[in-house]
Amino acid sequence: MSQNTKEIYHDHIVIRLIQFSLFWVIVAMAVGVYLAAEFIWPEIDFGQFWLSFGRIRPLHTNGIIFGFGVSALMATAFYSVQRTSHVPLFMPRLAWFCCYAWQLIILLGGLSLLAGWTSSKEYAELEWPFDIAIAIVWVCFGVVFFGTIANRRIRPIYVSNWFYGGLIIVIAMLHIVNNLAIPVTIGKSYSLYAGAQDAIVQWWYGHNAVGFLLTGGFLGMMYYFLPKQSGQPIWSYRLSVVSFWAFTYSYIWAGPHHLHFSAIPEWVQSLAMVMSLVLLAPSWASMINGIMTVSKAWERLRTDPALKFVVMSLAFYGLATFEGPMMAIRSVNVVSHFTDWTIGHVHSGALGWNAMITYGTFYYLVPKLVGRELYSTKMANLHFWLALAGTMLYVLSMWAAGVSQGLLWLSIDEYGQLSFSFREIMAAMSSYYGLRLIAGLIFFAGTILMTWNLFMTMRGQKTVEVTPPPVAEKYRINPSPKPAADHTGTEVPA
Amino acid sequence: MNGIKLHKKLEENTGLLIFGILFVSAIGGLVQVIPSLYDESLSTPTANTRVYDAVELTGRDIYIREGCHVCHSQQIRPLVAEVERYGPYSRAGEFAYDRPFLWGSKRTGPDLHRVGGKYTDIWHEVHLLNPRAVVPESIMPAYPWLFERNASQAGNIKKKMQALKRLGHPYTDDEIANAAAALDGLLEIDALVRYLQMLGTGYDESMNDMEGM
Ligand code: HEC
Ligand code: HEM
Ligand code: HEM
Repeated sequence: MSQNTKEIYHDHIVIRLIQFSLFWVIVAMAVGVYLAAEFIWPEIDFGQFWLSFGRIRPLHTNGIIFGFGVSALMATAFYSVQRTSHVPLFMPRLAWFCCYAWQLIILLGGLSLLAGWTSSKEYAELEWPFDIAIAIVWVCFGVVFFGTIANRRIRPIYVSNWFYGGLIIVIAMLHIVNNLAIPVTIGKSYSLYAGAQDAIVQWWYGHNAVGFLLTGGFLGMMYYFLPKQSGQPIWSYRLSVVSFWAFTYSYIWAGPHHLHFSAIPEWVQSLAMVMSLVLLAPSWASMINGIMTVSKAWERLRTDPALKFVVMSLAFYGLATFEGPMMAIRSVNVVSHFTDWTIGHVHSGALGWNAMITYGTFYYLVPKLVGRELYSTKMANLHFWLALAGTMLYVLSMWAAGVSQGLLWLSIDEYGQLSFSFREIMAAMSSYYGLRLIAGLIFFAGTILMTWNLFMTMRGQKTVEVTPPPVAEKYRINPSPKPAADHTGTEVPA
Repeated sequence: MNGIKLHKKLEENTGLLIFGILFVSAIGGLVQVIPSLYDESLSTPTANTRVYDAVELTGRDIYIREGCHVCHSQQIRPLVAEVERYGPYSRAGEFAYDRPFLWGSKRTGPDLHRVGGKYTDIWHEVHLLNPRAVVPESIMPAYPWLFERNASQAGNIKKKMQALKRLGHPYTDDEIANAAAALDGLLEIDALVRYLQMLGTGYDESMNDMEGM
């Protein structure tokens, strides 16, 4: 080994971010289960203001999306950008700052939600001091990420990096514009926009936070890890190019489908509906690309629980991105809007796609990072079935609840009178809410199992040191240091 | 083929890639969101819509703090059943002084846009203290702490009104000066109920027609 010039990938930070991500998924999912229980036993907040439904619902969504989701995306972005650029992270200290500052924001931000500091805008509830902190950390994330790409030693910028890049750039734009406000006190501000205009700006943000974070960001994960896990190059490079740009262009238009039949202009709603239908094509293009990539490695599906998770996540991704455009059609949205159908749609994406692809990636990545086999493959296989059963039950129960709510609310008898009171319909939902609670508990049990499994895998292990492999002459871009003697890090080229 | 060539450039140049993503993702917003911000039909208050007074504004901010909007919408759609259930459908101008908007995305409870005047103050108080005392099967949480805190402790009302004035809400200097006094002796629950009772009162006769439904 040529000790002095040895350059290694910064993977310790990847491990740390995965640990934080696991911490947040446990906390925020426990809150989700608790919320589900409040639908059945509304008294279980015990008269404590900080346990009240209205305050902890945003804790669930923010904890999951920004705690679990973003930590996982940062971890996998840092891991894959080094591999696809053949160079260690740019400004590793800044990367560590992002890692810890982000966790601090989620922790304090979560507490501030319990204290009742909220802008009320969905997925942007955190108040202005946090918004500023988020913007700063996000820019640093961008500097590390794009700095690494600029330093890369291999000429093409790989597909996964476009998606992670889209995540960083578009979320920055949305976050800043949507959160513009005049501060009053440290925990209170007033939006720069009012009423209908505020609604349009908020759902431009809200839908695209879903689009570029929960969809695009996780597609970045898919584009890097799926080829790795299945040992195959991505099926069609051309399809990934087309789908990336079509996705980036068309997602932005679809936000007002959250405002169908509301007091915003008709043309805005119609445009959003059409663009939501268009969106089906680039969304499915990525799914097809993913499925075709694994299709050459089906045998592995029998033995590798990590790959099972990822393939199942693609199926749910396909489901959610098919259902979404359908719900964006005005005549369907009339029924689905404001009901538990939306909640079913959300969680088919959230549990089936976001959680499952992340779980699959963690099962693959953690053993690699610490250089030890997964503690228990059996446990991981059991987790797979729990996750699948939990997701199915959650989604089915909420579909049933949502469709009934939607139709019953709208139903009118032969005299033009409402057929059912709101209270009757509410009371009829209780068994669906019971099923949803059971579904949540099953899914949560699987998640605990995974956390234990990964914890036992990591325990007492050091992060494996990996050196960037040399780059073939024809792809070389920035000068590499002289090739190290051992290439333990060499993997299947992306 | 040309598209792929163009893409070769983008995918080999970090700066171009960043710019490309920013540009492509900004188009939709520029065409769809920015014009809406200049659309006066969205920002002009209806004839009966007025700014929230000190007590109502305090109540509204309590509504936000407690997250009532996660279960209640304030947006009645122009559908026969919905108008039958909740009242005349919502018009953009009625929300001209709503910062932030509180339309919501989920109806675990009923729409509240026209709840003002539907029940007595006492009904609301009993309901908010324990919803199941009024509606046995209710799954709405209870809010006992609202009965213990003074409305004047729920934020700095003077600063709030000054901030809103800067954003164009027509508060007079007198109103702002007397704001704190208006909250004297009121509990948080009183402010919240005052807010609930004024919801949907931007309504006027012309809204009875079902045009646009
Ligand atoms: C967990 C969801 C939930 C939260 C949070 C919630 N509510 Fe409710 N609310 C309901 C449900 C369900 C009903 C219908 C049953 C009933 O009347 O209690 C309801 C009914 C109401 C009604 C009666 C509406 C009508 O037309 O009959 C009012 C008024 C109301 N809520 C106000 C509030 C206020 C104010 C808050 C915040 C302090 C709040 N709610 C928070 C679920 C919720
Ligand atoms: C082509 C893709 C998609 C389209 C067109 C789409 C469309 C929609 C529509 C029409 C709604 C209902 C809005 C309403 O009536 O209030 C909705 C809600 C939602 N969708 Fe999707 N969806 C898509 C994919 C996804 C995916 C993959 C996720 C991932 C988790 C997701 C997450 C959500 C969330 C969180 C909401 C709830 C927003 C809220 O009201 O708070 N969507 N979507
Ligand atoms: C055990 C797992 C989970 C349970 C039991 C659960 C439960 C819940 C409940 C009860 C709600 C409130 C629904 C309502 O107000 O009607 C909710 C909302 C939400 N959850 Fe979950 N959740 C779980 C996991 C997740 C995950 C993994 C994600 C994201 C990746 C997620 C994202 C969301 C979002 C975005 C909403 C808001 C939906 C909207 O406003 O339309 N949840 N969840």
